[in-house]
Amino acid sequence: MKIGIVRFPGSNCEVDVWEAWRVLGQEPKMLWHQETSVRGYDLIVLPGGFSYGDYLRTGAIARFSPIMEDVIHFAHEGGMVLGICNGFQILTECGLLPGALLRNKDLHFLCQPQYLRVERTDLAFTSLYQEGEVIQIPINHGEGNYSIDDAGLKELEENGQVVFRYVDKTGVENELGNPNGSRHNIAGIVNRTGNVLGMMPHPERVVEEIVGGTDGQRLLLSLVQAWERRMQYGA
Amino acid sequence: MLKAKVTVTLKKSILDPQGSAVEKALKSMGYKVDEVRIGKFMEVTLPEAARENATEMMHEICHKLLSNPVIEDYSFELEDKE
Amino acid sequence: MEPRIWREMGLTDEEYERVKVLMGREPNELEVGIFGVMWSEHCSYKTSKPILRRFPTEGPQVLQGPGENAGIVDIGDGLAVVFKMESHNHPSALEPYQGAATGVGGILRDVFTMGARPIAVLDPLRFGPLEEENTRRLVRGVVEGIGGYGNSIGIPTVAGDVYFHESYRGNPLVNAMAVGLLEHRHIAKGVASGVGNPVMVVGARTGRDGIHGATFASVELSEESEAKRSAVQVGDPFMEKLLMEACLELIQSGAIVGIQDMGAAGLTSSSCEMASRGDSGIDMDLSLVPRRETGMTPYEIMLSESQERMLVVPKAGCEQEVEAVFHRWGLEAVVVGKVTADGMLRLLENGQVVAEIPAKALTDEAPLYHRPTREPEYYARLKEQKLDGVKAQKGYGEILLDLLGSPNLASKSWVYRQYDHQVGTNTVVKPGGDAAVLRVRGTNKGLGMTTDCNARYVYLDPYVGGALTVVEAAQNLVCVGAKPLAITDCLNFGNPEKPEIFWQFEQACAGIAEACLVLETPVTGGNVSLYNETNGEAIYPTPTIGMVGLVENLEQVVRNRFSEPGEEILLLGEVSGSLAGSEYLALFEGVEAGALPPLDLREIKKRLDFMLSLIKEELVMSAHDLTEGGLAVALAEMAEGCGARVSVQGENELELLFGERLGRILFTVKPQDAGKVQELAQHAGVSVTRLGESGGEAIAMTVNGVMMLEVAIADCQRVREETLPKALN
Repeated sequence: MKIGIVRFPGSNCEVDVWEAWRVLGQEPKMLWHQETSVRGYDLIVLPGGFSYGDYLRTGAIARFSPIMEDVIHFAHEGGMVLGICNGFQILTECGLLPGALLRNKDLHFLCQPQYLRVERTDLAFTSLYQEGEVIQIPINHGEGNYSIDDAGLKELEENGQVVFRYVDKTGVENELGNPNGSRHNIAGIVNRTGNVLGMMPHPERVVEEIVGGTDGQRLLLSLVQAWERRMQYGA
Repeated sequence: MLKAKVTVTLKKSILDPQGSAVEKALKSMGYKVDEVRIGKFMEVTLPEAARENATEMMHEICHKLLSNPVIEDYSFELEDKE
Repeated sequence: MEPRIWREMGLTDEEYERVKVLMGREPNELEVGIFGVMWSEHCSYKTSKPILRRFPTEGPQVLQGPGENAGIVDIGDGLAVVFKMESHNHPSALEPYQGAATGVGGILRDVFTMGARPIAVLDPLRFGPLEEENTRRLVRGVVEGIGGYGNSIGIPTVAGDVYFHESYRGNPLVNAMAVGLLEHRHIAKGVASGVGNPVMVVGARTGRDGIHGATFASVELSEESEAKRSAVQVGDPFMEKLLMEACLELIQSGAIVGIQDMGAAGLTSSSCEMASRGDSGIDMDLSLVPRRETGMTPYEIMLSESQERMLVVPKAGCEQEVEAVFHRWGLEAVVVGKVTADGMLRLLENGQVVAEIPAKALTDEAPLYHRPTREPEYYARLKEQKLDGVKAQKGYGEILLDLLGSPNLASKSWVYRQYDHQVGTNTVVKPGGDAAVLRVRGTNKGLGMTTDCNARYVYLDPYVGGALTVVEAAQNLVCVGAKPLAITDCLNFGNPEKPEIFWQFEQACAGIAEACLVLETPVTGGNVSLYNETNGEAIYPTPTIGMVGLVENLEQVVRNRFSEPGEEILLLGEVSGSLAGSEYLALFEGVEAGALPPLDLREIKKRLDFMLSLIKEELVMSAHDLTEGGLAVALAEMAEGCGARVSVQGENELELLFGERLGRILFTVKPQDAGKVQELAQHAGVSVTRLGESGGEAIAMTVNGVMMLEVAIADCQRVREETLPKALN
């Protein structure tokens, strides 16, 4: 599987994503933000970090990096794109995903383990999870407060675009389980066609037990399985 | 030369946690204030050559990069800069 | 020249005379300014150096001792760990966010300029009483600043400590330690050599910010310094991230001879220190230095402390390679001069010489002062204060909860939740452990790291307290299974011109030196921060120790929580502690006094070795050292998942439950291993006492068979967790 990880100036989780894929037996490639083509890739990952210092707005400047034009094109043609944290922020800035990510409700940066409920398992990103399963993936952000207007929220929910929701230990979505004030406890969403996923939690941080858990593994492995199936049966 | 003074604010409908924090602080200090909203102020200087299409270009810049229309509103003023 | 001029630049009349002798002529104003900053306490260590020379600095593991940007210690496999600690106290008092942020930025540069990729940051912090609004403002700002810089640049902040005490009211301490990893073959040094090699300024542009930061750090804070706010620099972590990547790429390319961060005293200290180390000279034309403000004088350019800049000496002919690397990262790299043979720091402006000083006159020839010392009046008085009459004023259970909820012992999760402590995905033991552990990728090894200092002990008995800071760091490392390797230090004291303060400094350093010798952890570098006083009142002497250790086998890492019910709870060392200088005494009696328990470093070394051997044999399920709050608090801290029932025998209940004495470790073993551990203890000649077993939902403690306290672990956790958020949100 050909995986490309985009490295923007100021990205800082790109190596972690790269290492996580290698733990799972893949050999991803780093893509410099000044490249102009992502042709031939099976998956593009926009990693976490502070692209361009997150100056102006998170993700706002990265969205105009040369490579993004082709990433957008790639996504429109059905290519798989995964945005994690800053990557999610970039995806909303460039319009591949709706909404925006604002300052956390209590204004503090938060680095902590977080319970999530998997809302959909019919996606290439999540097929190895159980529907309604509660998993633990850490968050690490100051601006992860998912915001969208009422009409947009209604549309997201009706189309089943919410993939991960913040919940408490028992799997219930409530205020206690919502770390940043996101509407409807949204932690991750997918586009209508199911090929672009943005999420604030960091799955690459939990693929090895020694550094805190393995709940992120199945997200990456689901993508590999989907790709293998596609190779076997054709798109 | 021309100077564009750009103000970007969160849309009325968007919760502004920074603004609410400042508002609470002011109230606790005894000031009678109704609401505080926090935004950004930017100055963009333009060369003389851009004067003709300045308004149009500034709208474009604001819309594309300086603000995120999903959550923010913008306004700007153009003035001469010596 | 009028005396006013050199005095304003920080030189005494005698020092000015010395400058004239070294120069062989009258210096001009720019030259006086350069001497003033290089001979400041901050840059020259003129007061502390005679004392620091007594530190042990050698050992088979040490690849680079004091004198460079950071120390280097071998960890095998061709790899080495690079680390250093520094203070950013005064800037943080004036502007907490930027002061703390640039403290992190500066210490990271010290590490990556050695060629190492930074893997972790640690932050020891000291503030005034948490009840005060000004303290809260400082805590919020400092924590946000550390996070703002570290999170953004993508280096995890993995440990540190936070204490509140009134002596820090107007003078908070913000220390920052950085740890990096490198391959031996990539070690870079801050040296300028090779006549004709170019000298380049790389990174950010130079502005007027932070001019006089170094002199500023060498005076007491006052209303007047509040007015000099311009001396605070602003950090740009995004720029530093790019600078770090570019520098590491450059160092690994082999194109450079030397590289140094422009920290305190900016271009001045970096250029003369590099020339001095290389036994050479440097010519620089200041009109070539990229600036972001117009009309800057040579003096301002030389003294600017604009952040995120480096001085690089590439091999002649490699200029373009350097430029290419930096341009790829969107940064500037400009040739501003060259290395010469004559040992002079020669500054030009548009081709005209504006200053010409022998480089070594600024560094090696700086004056040294042997300041007088005097034992302070309080020392004997507090030591002799009897504590026999101290009686518990409420139930022991309530006392335990009060201690757990007190600002110094409460959970610091409010702080470290704001730090990205996981980026790099190497953090094996996260904040909240006895020490942080990071894995070393590509090996099965880990690095343990910790920062420690109980300043109350140091105040009461600087020699013993100084030694105990090293002991505490070592026992924290041992509790996670790391063998202590070496230390860095950040020596925060008051005004050394006061003999009582200098006595504290001398005594504390002697204690540190002795402990480092016995525990085999040499000093590889550090930082001295003097003049930490507000309105004439000094802080408690706070020699913070940063220690790194090696975990040979990551699978043997030990954590400080009971893993399951039914474990045997054992105590290594004395069962009873002392109330002298204890948190109990301070909190409930409002007293900080007493004679600390006698210190036996050799005995402690024996215990630490024993503990490491048990861990190596995989006999230890969990371990935690006994520090503030004594046995009861340590038990409560270990009881996250399940409680414990323990019983102890002895005379004084308060001393048994809450008494403090370093060199003690609480640990658990499987029941079937308990006998074997006792045998090994006997063999090693150390004392191990069985206290009880883990299990249940409460901490239950009996003394001489009588139940003294029984507190639900849920209550312990609640009071520990609620203190900081309540005060700071």
